[in-house]
Amino acid sequence: MIRRSFMAALLAVPFVASAQAQQTVKIGLIVPMTGQSQSTGKQIDAAVRLYLQQHGDTVAGKKIEVVLRDDGGVADTTKRVAQELIVRDKVSVLAGFGLTPLAMATAPLAAQAKVPMVVMAAATSIITAQNPFIVRTSQVLPQPAAAMAQWAVENGIKSAVTLVTDYGPGIDAETWFAKRMKEGGAEVLASLRMPLASPDFAPFLQRAADAKPQAMFVFVPSGQGAAVARQFAERGLDKSGIRLIATGDVTDDDQLNGMGDVMLGVVNAGHYSAAHDSAVNKAFVGAFKAANPGMRPNFMAVAGYDGMHAIYQALVKTKGDTDGAALVEAMKGLSWESPRGPMMIDPQTRDVVHNLYIRKVERVDSELYNVEFATIPMMKDPAKP
Amino acid sequence: MLTILFDGIAYGMILFVLAVGLSVTLGLMNVVNLAHGAFAMAGGYVGVVLVNRLGVPYLAALPLAAVAAALIGVVLERTLYVHVYGKSHLDQVLFTIGLVFMASSAVSWALGSQQVFIELPGFLRQRFEVFGVSMGAYRLLVIGVCGALAVGLQVLLSRTRFGSRLRAAVDDPVVARGLGIEVGRIFLLTFALGSGLAGLGGALGAEILGLDPNFPLKFMVYFLIVVTVGGASSIFGPFLAALLLGVADVAGKYYLPAAGAFVIYSVMLVVLILRPQGLFAPRSGR
Amino acid sequence: MRAAAQAALADLGRWRWPEVAFWVAAWGSWLLLPEQHLLLNEVAILGLFALSLDLVLGFAGIISLGHAAFFGCGAYVAGILARLGWGDPVLGLLAAGLVAMGLGFVTSFLVLRGSDLTRLMVTLSVSLVLFEVANRMAWLTGGADGLQGMVVGPVLGWFAFDIFGSVAYAYSLVVLFGLFLVARRVMHSPFGLSVRAVKGNALRTAAIGIPVNGRLVAIYTMAAGYAGVAGGLLAQTTQFVSLDVIAFHRSADVMLTLVLGGVGYLYGGLIGALVFKWAQSWLSDLTPEYWQFWIGLVFVALVVIGRERVFGWPAAVLRRIAR
Repeated sequence: MIRRSFMAALLAVPFVASAQAQQTVKIGLIVPMTGQSQSTGKQIDAAVRLYLQQHGDTVAGKKIEVVLRDDGGVADTTKRVAQELIVRDKVSVLAGFGLTPLAMATAPLAAQAKVPMVVMAAATSIITAQNPFIVRTSQVLPQPAAAMAQWAVENGIKSAVTLVTDYGPGIDAETWFAKRMKEGGAEVLASLRMPLASPDFAPFLQRAADAKPQAMFVFVPSGQGAAVARQFAERGLDKSGIRLIATGDVTDDDQLNGMGDVMLGVVNAGHYSAAHDSAVNKAFVGAFKAANPGMRPNFMAVAGYDGMHAIYQALVKTKGDTDGAALVEAMKGLSWESPRGPMMIDPQTRDVVHNLYIRKVERVDSELYNVEFATIPMMKDPAKP
Repeated sequence: MLTILFDGIAYGMILFVLAVGLSVTLGLMNVVNLAHGAFAMAGGYVGVVLVNRLGVPYLAALPLAAVAAALIGVVLERTLYVHVYGKSHLDQVLFTIGLVFMASSAVSWALGSQQVFIELPGFLRQRFEVFGVSMGAYRLLVIGVCGALAVGLQVLLSRTRFGSRLRAAVDDPVVARGLGIEVGRIFLLTFALGSGLAGLGGALGAEILGLDPNFPLKFMVYFLIVVTVGGASSIFGPFLAALLLGVADVAGKYYLPAAGAFVIYSVMLVVLILRPQGLFAPRSGR
Repeated sequence: MRAAAQAALADLGRWRWPEVAFWVAAWGSWLLLPEQHLLLNEVAILGLFALSLDLVLGFAGIISLGHAAFFGCGAYVAGILARLGWGDPVLGLLAAGLVAMGLGFVTSFLVLRGSDLTRLMVTLSVSLVLFEVANRMAWLTGGADGLQGMVVGPVLGWFAFDIFGSVAYAYSLVVLFGLFLVARRVMHSPFGLSVRAVKGNALRTAAIGIPVNGRLVAIYTMAAGYAGVAGGLLAQTTQFVSLDVIAFHRSADVMLTLVLGGVGYLYGGLIGALVFKWAQSWLSDLTPEYWQFWIGLVFVALVVIGRERVFGWPAAVLRRIAR
């Protein structure tokens, strides 16, 4: 009984889909909407919807349709969903990819199907090298890590301990922070790696503190930053003369307010702040908040927004041609003014090139923000030649 | 070194308060309640709303969180859990996992999915130096509250009329009923107590553990470890187990970061094989 | 194995028409639903995994909340072999099954004794330990980043995996069907009946001279092998393995799947997999954020109303036919 109606329902789907295929360009958005990384998915989804709302759903004579799917942060689901989107929904572009393994699992498939993959979150450097159809609008972790080290060296920090989460992006951050520190004549006293699922950070922080560095450099995935920073303060490390420096993932705009005053004064390097001072950003933040009460856009949201922009601009350039290779070709070298500031898709590596800002957490109008005070202009991924 | 021990004890104490309710429902009422963490999450979020949004003082919010979680426990016990007391363990596992799914989605829908914390008042953010050991006021509070709870619970269960009735109701509900003990009400109260403790633990521990919709699943394993290693038939068993787990976890991460959680799980496995009733339980079960 | 399969095929006379219809429908779905091959491939894999749990839970009565240990073990064996250049799917699958069987044999001694709760915890901790091992041995497994660089060759040297999942589904379905026949044969043999007897009353079974522990070890080992093969199938057809294959939610999902379809008559896992995956896919299309709520509601309702009452009659009909 169930089986029969199931089959009937399934048989009906392809006809509906193919009838609309001519005028519609479908974008498959795969993000984690459930599970541990769900905040990433929700930010991206909200930003993508905002982009559609602001820019209309028609571009170059085609109607844009975004098909949102949840992968729960599980790699084999991401791949299966991507495959279904390509085969059944006939999407022209895949987008999203909340975590490195999710992007890595899908990369061979996208290459086989020649469908562009717009990476809106995953930040390990090697992702874009997986196939020639990957374009990234989020960030590459060596960027903030290198920027942070550069700033630390210039500001007289001679010794540091790195504290990162033990997976691809964390190791990227650790490697590039240490490299730039050494080049600047400073020392990394210890490199600590924490497991991805680690409820209590206290022992790691204590260990880092026992090495008595001038600064502690932290990278944890978006969502865990609050716990680290709070325990840093709770242990009195902020008063012991150790500076907490971090990538922007730790002082995530979405969660910064919930982290409380302990975050005040934390210096970090990132590519996007909701407090970025530009007309484009003010409009973006205002519209985002209006459309999603209770949320504040973070770097995930801006990557989703810019990802949509890259897809729209590429469609304009190809005059609506949805051939995968043509779309990727059109995205290469695109540059525009994003809410984060100027950005560009590197024509060689298809990776993101943008300003890196050194920011400090401050209270502005009763909310906590990352306030930018120094800029490293148009930084490429340092890990790529 | 002593700072690590101190941190470990505080962490263990939190685990104890979170898990002791599970030990009660599991050990005394024989219900596999994998949704226990959902009550802790509920307490935690009540704390978040009260303190961060409504400006209720932190120390006042803790008991309120416990009461709120206990009330939710009462409602669910009356409407749903009553139906699964007599069912197989498989049914109970299924039912409570279902509840966890629902609770996670509901919280994510109502309060968003980002990790949140309860704002601590200034006096809890201080640190003291005692005999060269650096201690945080917050962790001292945790240790104090949880230690008092452990003693109070032991007294409640072993010395009071309620405690003896509860043990009678569990040992033989039919005879207990015959003696005029209202088994249903005793179970209800016990369940409320367990959920209330979880709620308190959730609010108290939010600072260390963090709160997000995934909380019940993330910490379920830790609760189960405490209960299985400690044995589910007393208060002090889980108490010692929680302390051991807390200290071992913190010390393990400090001294052997490469081994990680591996040590903990292996210890649990060994305990389960050698002493299936728990490390601190009397050797013969009932 | 082939002999057993042939024997089971020879036994086809005893098959009743709904069983035949089920498999005809399963094979028919390959021809008629080309758009659904990807989902159906996952259904077949989950079905095999749930069948494996059915052997343990439904027939031997052991509650396991860590069955993903064997699934993950198989997935990593197949994945690592494919990465090292041993990309032949059939051999990889065989290796996955054998290694998982070895693990099952070793750990089976841990679940011989104890209450439901102890077994629950033992199986859970075995899977947790294995998860940590896989996490720590990042040089071999890729750790939290997942195992990358698998190259899986064509099946039998002929059929390369395509992006439509057609070869993958056919491959999984053949494996599922073969292993199902074996399981069916075994469960209807004297051995299978004695395993059921252990579940019914271990003490009495021992009293009539059946080695209870031996039976449990055997069935647990066999089930572990099945789970390993299911894991291997997943690794080969998605060409990717991450820590997720051993994660707790996989153990929970497979148990939900099995119970949804009904425990103890072999088809439960398969039907459950179909319903579970379909419901999951349908709900997560409708509401990508909150689908878990509805799945949870289904299970809560199922238990409160009573599984027997909900699945009572179809399961009873099928069970009578399957016997």
